[in-house]
Amino acid sequence: MARTLAHRPGHPGTRITAARSTAARTTAALVTVAVAALTGCSAIGTDNTPKADASASSSGGGKVVLVTHDSFALSKDLIAQFEKDTGLTLEQRAPGDGGELVNQLILTKDAPLGDVVFGIDNTFASRAIDEGVLEPYASPALPAGADTYAVDGKSSLTPVDVGDVCLNVDHEWFAEKGLAEPTSFEDLAAPAYKDLLVVTNPATSSPGLAFLLATIAKFGEDGWKDYWTSLRANGLKVDAGWEDAYYSDFSGPSSEGDRPIVLSYASSPPYEVPDGGTTAPTGALLDTCFRQVEYAGVLAGAKNPEGARKVVDWLLSHDVQADIPESMYVYPVDASVALPASWTTFAPQPAHPATLDPAVITKNRDAWIQQWTDVVIG
Amino acid sequence: MVTLPAQLARHGRPSPARWVGWGLAVGVPLAFLGLFFVLPVGTLVLRGFVTSGVVDLSGFAEVFSRPHTWRIVGLTLGQATVGTALAVVLGVPGAYLLYCREFRGRDALRAFVVVPFVLPTVVVGVAFRSLLAPSGPLGFLGWDGTFAAVVCALVFFNYSVVVRTVGGFWAHLDPRAEQAARSLGASPWRAFVAVTLPALAPAILSAASIVFLFCATAFGVVMVLGGMRYGTVETEIWLQTTQFLNLRAAAVLSVVQLVVVGAVLALAGRARSLRERALQLGAGRPARRSARLALRGPGRRSGDVVAVAITAAVVVGLLALPLVSILVRSLRTPTGWGLGNYVNLGTTGGANTLTVTVWEAALTSLRIAVDATTLAVVVGSLVALVVSRRPRAPRARRAIRLLDALFMLPLGVSAVTVGFGFLIALHRPLGLDLDLRGSPLLIPVAQAVVAVPLVVRTVLPVLRAIDTRLHDAAAVLGASPRQVLALVDWPMTARSLGLAVGLAFAVSLGEFGATSFLARPDRPTLPVVIFRLIGRPGQQNFGMALAASVILALMTAAVMTLAERLRAGTGGEL
Repeated sequence: MARTLAHRPGHPGTRITAARSTAARTTAALVTVAVAALTGCSAIGTDNTPKADASASSSGGGKVVLVTHDSFALSKDLIAQFEKDTGLTLEQRAPGDGGELVNQLILTKDAPLGDVVFGIDNTFASRAIDEGVLEPYASPALPAGADTYAVDGKSSLTPVDVGDVCLNVDHEWFAEKGLAEPTSFEDLAAPAYKDLLVVTNPATSSPGLAFLLATIAKFGEDGWKDYWTSLRANGLKVDAGWEDAYYSDFSGPSSEGDRPIVLSYASSPPYEVPDGGTTAPTGALLDTCFRQVEYAGVLAGAKNPEGARKVVDWLLSHDVQADIPESMYVYPVDASVALPASWTTFAPQPAHPATLDPAVITKNRDAWIQQWTDVVIG
Repeated sequence: MVTLPAQLARHGRPSPARWVGWGLAVGVPLAFLGLFFVLPVGTLVLRGFVTSGVVDLSGFAEVFSRPHTWRIVGLTLGQATVGTALAVVLGVPGAYLLYCREFRGRDALRAFVVVPFVLPTVVVGVAFRSLLAPSGPLGFLGWDGTFAAVVCALVFFNYSVVVRTVGGFWAHLDPRAEQAARSLGASPWRAFVAVTLPALAPAILSAASIVFLFCATAFGVVMVLGGMRYGTVETEIWLQTTQFLNLRAAAVLSVVQLVVVGAVLALAGRARSLRERALQLGAGRPARRSARLALRGPGRRSGDVVAVAITAAVVVGLLALPLVSILVRSLRTPTGWGLGNYVNLGTTGGANTLTVTVWEAALTSLRIAVDATTLAVVVGSLVALVVSRRPRAPRARRAIRLLDALFMLPLGVSAVTVGFGFLIALHRPLGLDLDLRGSPLLIPVAQAVVAVPLVVRTVLPVLRAIDTRLHDAAAVLGASPRQVLALVDWPMTARSLGLAVGLAFAVSLGEFGATSFLARPDRPTLPVVIFRLIGRPGQQNFGMALAASVILALMTAAVMTLAERLRAGTGGEL
């Protein structure tokens, strides 16, 4: 096989020169990348959080770490104002969503991920409390009336916002077909509404879980499985996530699907109204809602518990409460805060949304999801 | 075969400097993988097996007594096998066309086929669903929510892995063996099957093992396109870990995943080592001059015609269709067709959906990608260099095979396991007073862990195929080991490094799984922003999500084109 070497055409000198300039060019390119990495063009160089503040946790100054979900958003000005008022630097981390976030807090309770948490909802609240990840704190800023959402008597969790998971309907579709819109849970199982509903899986989606809980609240421990059996027989479609159901299967104006009833939120319709529009092309079915309450709490073992409490107070402050609807698409817990104009017109809140005791949810959640899977998917 | 003084020179008593050099080349990557992969995954899995201080393996019996477990293991293997087989069968003609033939628009096409690889699964899911849903243009196929849809999406994502890995290798293959077979009277097909295909085997196996791992651990597309009915080991680990916090079940499933992945890697490694002797790459020059495509006339090559037909079908039918649907829908605004969604990328969304503009997120992504690429290329090249050596001691050979497989593992282990592992293991890692969990560096590190295997698989086949006699010849001529590396290995490897840089950059730009556990809401990356936009109702948010996806696709294509340039410049003429 020595042939391979001997038979190679071309002048050896040329080859080596070519090869070396090859290497030189690649070397130059790699050096450029490396230099770019070591100078401005990198993530390391742009962290504007002061590095040395990890140990500073004494009163007032230093850093406070907010653990939250990836839907967390507030106006930049509000955060800047908070930092200015308190002298704290607010660092945000979003390792997970919904139940995942709670499970992460449980896993890390010996070495907490931060000082304060925002985004635990009522479907996982008891679990977080039972596992001891929270340090009770009764905020003086809690608005009147918000105490109805208290989970335990110790103020382990402070309610910050509420959102209603409701079925949404495509008004245009029903008008075109000349079919009356459904209004109740029972309607959805009626033959007239066959193959029209798309919901999400409670095992993989938090609105899906809320809707399952709404049916349990409505039909009771004994009746909910029969209800889902009838939904399944009536052509129910189940998607893994909200975006899949809303944008792929729903027939609404921003979607391309063929199902006019979708699981979403009471606050969704305003976002389908075109600029300057006076009527909403979609609407929420207010008798099919489940109320999700989102809480904040001080984490047990926080490095900066005082800063954590300030964050909880701040989340209840008027300015933050007023910012919550547009930033996070949920209603503020403070009933005295004015809602955006489009919300008052197109996103009325349900008068009597379904609720369940958080302790009951925690006790049964996994079993319910398993039973639901057997009935609907299995 | 060759026992020359050169061999003696190579395997003679190594100098202390050589020991230090190779020690670092092995130690640095091992430390990196150990801290950022083995430690987190090991900690989490161990926690599933230890109940109040006692090792408890009853989880195995429990999990395996459920018929559901066997079903998902079967589905995982089925999906990954079919997906890999299709990606290879369709990808090899593409590799030939894009890397061994010249035609107008080839560079653009090369960049184009990589785009799917980095698109966020959530967007691809919506694109596929909008085509396959009963109301969509391909609804008549009845593929919505079926196994076929999942497999199509897996091929969509992984096609470019086969094309690039095999193509980059093929371009350097010595064509004279095939030419000889042809001149001895073999038909083109016979010459391909008997000569070229066996020579390509190492690259094909390399590509297939990567694709298999990607397919076996696919998460997003399985959830969106298959629903719960096509659950896999990966989706079950996600469910048990994130939703039920059943670490016992998750740990058992993680072990199952590791066993499957380990078996695949062992098989691929064995098959490769049988093959790797058989081939040689040309030294310092492109052994195969690309030839112009010949579809007509007297010089017509039937192989070219077949390759063009298959590749055109894949590119148009499988890759372009979903991408065009994303592009078209990104141009639809609440007020009609136009660029409105792209104009909005300079804002934070109509009602402050975002905390940063999409452009700011894109910049963050680019910066992180620079860090991740640097890390991945340094670590990956070191691994490839070490693994490409062929020591004589059997024990050393085994160690090297093990090292090779070890660095592939991150592709085969669930992102959830790694992400949750980070949270519990990187607080005071190794007893250091250092909470790495909040470090902004962790995002590029996590992405680099995923990119390293791709760098290794791109560079290694080239390094391995370097004729050892070139080393011997250089040594005989008096080159020191370092000079051999600099003058023999480096010039040839440099060609494939351009590709490796491009792939690593692309992986980092599109990475979402591990990144999502480390995300910072105030400084999101582009995929995180897309995810958030598509998670909100309204035409404006949806339009922006699609426009941002198009931007991500364009960024990827631009990066890959640059990487190609680097390669073209280096692979160059004599």
